[in-house]
Amino acid sequence: MSKPLKQIHLAAHFPGVNNTTVWSDPKAGSHIEFSSFAHFARTAERAKFDFLFLAEGLRLREQGGTIYDLDVVGRPDTFTVLAALAAVTEHLGLTGTINSTFNEPYEVARQFASLDHLSGGRSAWNVVTSWDAFTGENFRRGGFLPQQERYSRAKEFLATANELFDSWQVDEIVADPASGTFLREAKAGAFVHTGQHFDIHGQFNVPRSPQGRPVIFQAGDSEEGREFAASDADAIFSRYATLQEGQAFYTDVKNRLAKYGRGHDQLKILPAATFVLGDTDAEAEELAKQVRRQQVSGATAIKHLEFVWNRDLSAYDPDGPLPDIDPDVGEHHIARGRAQVRMYRDPLATARAWRELAAANNWSIRDLVINTGNRQNFVGSPETIARTLNDFVQADASDGFILVPHITPGGLDAFADTVVPLLQEQGVFRTEYEGPTLRDHLGLAHPDDSGSARVAS
Amino acid sequence: MSPSSPALHLAVALDGTGWHPASWREAVARPREVFTAGYWADLVAEAERGLLDFVTFEDGLGLQSSHFLDLDGRTDQVRGRLDAVLVAARIAPLTRHIGLVPTTVVTHTEPFHISKAIATLDYVSTGRAGLRVQITARPNEAAHFGRRAIARIDRYESPVVTDLFEEAADYVEVVRRLWDSWEDDAEIRDVATGRFIDRDKLHYIDFQGRHFSVKGPSITPRPPQGQPVVTALAHQSVPYRLVARQADIGYVTPHDAGQARATVAEIRAEQEAAGRAGESLHIFGDLVVFLDDDPAAAAARRERLDTLAGEPYTSDARVFTGTPAQLADLLEELRAAGLTGFRLRPAVLGHDLPAITRGLVPELQRRGVFRRAYEAGTLRGLLGLARPANRYAAATA
Repeated sequence: MSKPLKQIHLAAHFPGVNNTTVWSDPKAGSHIEFSSFAHFARTAERAKFDFLFLAEGLRLREQGGTIYDLDVVGRPDTFTVLAALAAVTEHLGLTGTINSTFNEPYEVARQFASLDHLSGGRSAWNVVTSWDAFTGENFRRGGFLPQQERYSRAKEFLATANELFDSWQVDEIVADPASGTFLREAKAGAFVHTGQHFDIHGQFNVPRSPQGRPVIFQAGDSEEGREFAASDADAIFSRYATLQEGQAFYTDVKNRLAKYGRGHDQLKILPAATFVLGDTDAEAEELAKQVRRQQVSGATAIKHLEFVWNRDLSAYDPDGPLPDIDPDVGEHHIARGRAQVRMYRDPLATARAWRELAAANNWSIRDLVINTGNRQNFVGSPETIARTLNDFVQADASDGFILVPHITPGGLDAFADTVVPLLQEQGVFRTEYEGPTLRDHLGLAHPDDSGSARVAS
Repeated sequence: MSPSSPALHLAVALDGTGWHPASWREAVARPREVFTAGYWADLVAEAERGLLDFVTFEDGLGLQSSHFLDLDGRTDQVRGRLDAVLVAARIAPLTRHIGLVPTTVVTHTEPFHISKAIATLDYVSTGRAGLRVQITARPNEAAHFGRRAIARIDRYESPVVTDLFEEAADYVEVVRRLWDSWEDDAEIRDVATGRFIDRDKLHYIDFQGRHFSVKGPSITPRPPQGQPVVTALAHQSVPYRLVARQADIGYVTPHDAGQARATVAEIRAEQEAAGRAGESLHIFGDLVVFLDDDPAAAAARRERLDTLAGEPYTSDARVFTGTPAQLADLLEELRAAGLTGFRLRPAVLGHDLPAITRGLVPELQRRGVFRRAYEAGTLRGLLGLARPANRYAAATA
């Protein structure tokens, strides 16, 4: 191949409130104490990762009318942890999921601009939306956003935030004691936004931050989500970590860029990926099986089936056959606060397919859930994992990966020590950071260099 | 002083380059660094070197202004600031003992978000978080959010302001309930049953108020202090009531011992009326300070800054100009009138903060009224406040 080798981007997602996080392992530590986050971030920075990724929680999950208690429950506030991590790292990007439904653009823009200042240009925002009244019960806004308005609100929210980020000129702060001029002009930060969702005006009160704007991530796979990413995001947090699915997604999304006047490299595609490392491939395979059984207890398997059946299945034996009754296809009421439920768009078809799979393989309920839901993306020795990751990236299945270990906080340590050096030897992963900012790591343009972001308001 | 004398508590209010509007023009001011982490880290390190109880970080949802309600369009003073909660979080891992108390404007922000942010500040600082609640009646700040209109007021004693403070009291109530919504031992990690938490130790707060309702529980477990320290600045009866009902510390602005005595009496009466007579509630005096070893130097410095600003500096708080020993005299006099601590507002941070830590603090130590070493690992511990029992655990016990 004459094509030059692509450089791999790597990031780390602090594992959270899913059953993929193994809390029962003796090596599992706190997922709340700051020392866990600091350990995780320092490991990621030692390995020269692009960034650390934190999700967000706005309401505890419920199932069958009570708080879900089988997975890790609870997490700290995203912004606050990221700001504290800026103190214990120097280069690592700091990416946070922040909801655009139960926040206001002025406040979120202030927080991201502040984080960017406080980290010296390392902030990134994964823009997500929420629409359920269940989550809304914790907020003044309350209520509920019709699904068709999700992306229109998110797009306008981001556009409004960008207007605020751009409202200060780079050279606005003069701070000349002799002349007594602090600000170049009194209208610093002036903005007016009138739209369908927001009607606000005034003066933003955070000066232009080191990156100009935080790096923007999008997560979500609908048609609208892909368009939103192609038009507005710097990176996509995708969920396709198999080669063919990854290539299809990659091609589809990158092909959408041209219509927004954007180049192929202006959007990075970074699937979430799980891995299990062993000294040998065989050892890793064995370890992976054990991890899967830790991730899916019998009780967890039953709860998982309820996502599809939308019924109380607590009477079923997880080591027995799948229920012969059909799913309740009415409005989903069993599990609340959970995105997975929407992955099963046709519960009857899913139930049928699962019964066939189980019958063909002689699987119990638990076997089925283990084998359909939680297979690790990459399993093997360091050599195998390094080779496979690189193959995916060179074959345009992605631009890199957001790795989600199954153990907090030490789940990244072995990867940093064994896989990363191999990728570096192959010349496909950095040995030193390219620059101080996350935009530098990701090879993204700085808005202040092109002048394109300097829109007069 | 006898050993049984209550200790005097000392905090410093950090804002920009200092509280005098011309402070940024002083050679020590570092005005170009106000938006960097290093600037704030240095200030808080200095405060911690002086063994202060805590620092507060000012904040606002609009540009600073010399007007009470509106923007002033001035370019000759510091304008712009970073989110105070994030500044406090950024500094937390760099410090070990000092309390970190960011300001939150409760009028336009979500109590659910602030509750988990301050709980998390308590985790990242291992028990040193507090919160200063503030309302805003500024029309320009409401316009930044665009979801509520706040009627224009013509004076502070307005029903609009009363209403904003009542909302603030509800807000703090929600934040406090959310902090208690997980019992301390809710995380059980019971491998035998596969349960990570005991869900009976998590509680819906079910708050229904006039302005908003919040279901709960929090997504963040109960913070290390149980309840981080809630503080508020109060100038009148209405905010005194907020302090009396909901705060652990109220900052007040008496100009002499007589006023201090009257204010303390009013707040203590409100505290009793709120059914909190048995609870510790600190009342701190706020003072702006110009500190120099020579009183004439302090006065000259104030005059020089006033000349640069083009007008004499005025403040809601008493403006003290003089030596550390004179300030120590004043603080002891005000303490005798019932104040339990002080929040000093340095006129020029680069000058007056080191004057506090290296001049005032040793003077107070000589008099036996200030600590010589940090005696506790949490902010509540430094303030002599017990770790509160969980209201929900008590209700079910």
